[in-house]
Amino acid sequence: MIPDSTSRRLIDMYQRGLPVCERPYEQMARELGTSEDDVISRLQSLQENQVISRVGPVFEHSRAGASLLAAVAAPDEQIDLVAATINRAPGVNHNYAREHTYNLWFVMTAPDEDTLENRLDELEHQLQLPILRLPMVEGYHIDLGFAIDWEAVT
Amino acid sequence: MSTSTSPSERFSNQQVDAVDRELILATQSGLPLVSDPWKQLGDQLGLSPDKVLARFRRMSERGVIRRVAAVPDHYRLGYRFNGMTVWDVADQSISELGAQVGELPFVSHCYRRPRHLPYWSFNLFAMVHGTTREEVEDKAAKIRDLLGADCRGGTILYSSAILKKTGLRLRRSGTASGG
Repeated sequence: MIPDSTSRRLIDMYQRGLPVCERPYEQMARELGTSEDDVISRLQSLQENQVISRVGPVFEHSRAGASLLAAVAAPDEQIDLVAATINRAPGVNHNYAREHTYNLWFVMTAPDEDTLENRLDELEHQLQLPILRLPMVEGYHIDLGFAIDWEAVT
Repeated sequence: MSTSTSPSERFSNQQVDAVDRELILATQSGLPLVSDPWKQLGDQLGLSPDKVLARFRRMSERGVIRRVAAVPDHYRLGYRFNGMTVWDVADQSISELGAQVGELPFVSHCYRRPRHLPYWSFNLFAMVHGTTREEVEDKAAKIRDLLGADCRGGTILYSSAILKKTGLRLRRSGTASGG
């Protein structure tokens, strides 16, 4: 589905944040120059067509517990097995295959730092592979999305 | 716009109480798309709409909620190339340069992470997305230019498959977990 110009504006204006007020969709409608019903039905349709994954809060993992980016260098012939083991481990919520010696990159989460370390130690033991542990030291720009080039995607 | 988070802030956990957790559970896959979403959530949780909104605002102020947004599915939209660019940047300039890289409009995430020598020498991570590989490479070249002489090297790790992507999930017990 290719969103029309109003829906594109809607995404451009609200992918970084929408008003947290009494009637958010009414406020958005005023800013877009349309009706609240129109905003709601556009959001429903964009969601049904998976142009947007959801309309809602993006939570900060580290404020609800501990998390860490981790990587392993899996031998090519074992990559599927290693990936499946990682995906089954408690607390893993992202896992990407990447083109590098370190070919599996995942985010491990836990309610607290000690549990996080234990989960990583346990997974390392299961995998028999060293896990590269890359906690965030400093965040410069965190998950605010990026400008969509509509010409390039449509 | 860039945000800076110090490790001490990062480790000040457990800023959410049991009711906040219920709210997170009820909204982690999205807000109700109705005229008064706070009322619908309130009815579900036995709270007044005002209380729900006040808790949302408090979690936003405390950074538990980064933003409330219409979250695009970039992959579905055609951004098939996701490049994690990683750089070896001199320690004394990384904070300043990291902030500048984070402000580039095409960078979606930018973090400093530790080196693990001799296995891993890159301490600055900047995520860029493109509809083609060339687009990602052009963006990486712009980052390289910005880093200048303080950068001793870098590479792009393209994603070849998304094996799992679930975002933050809380279980009923209230602990953060995957799955």
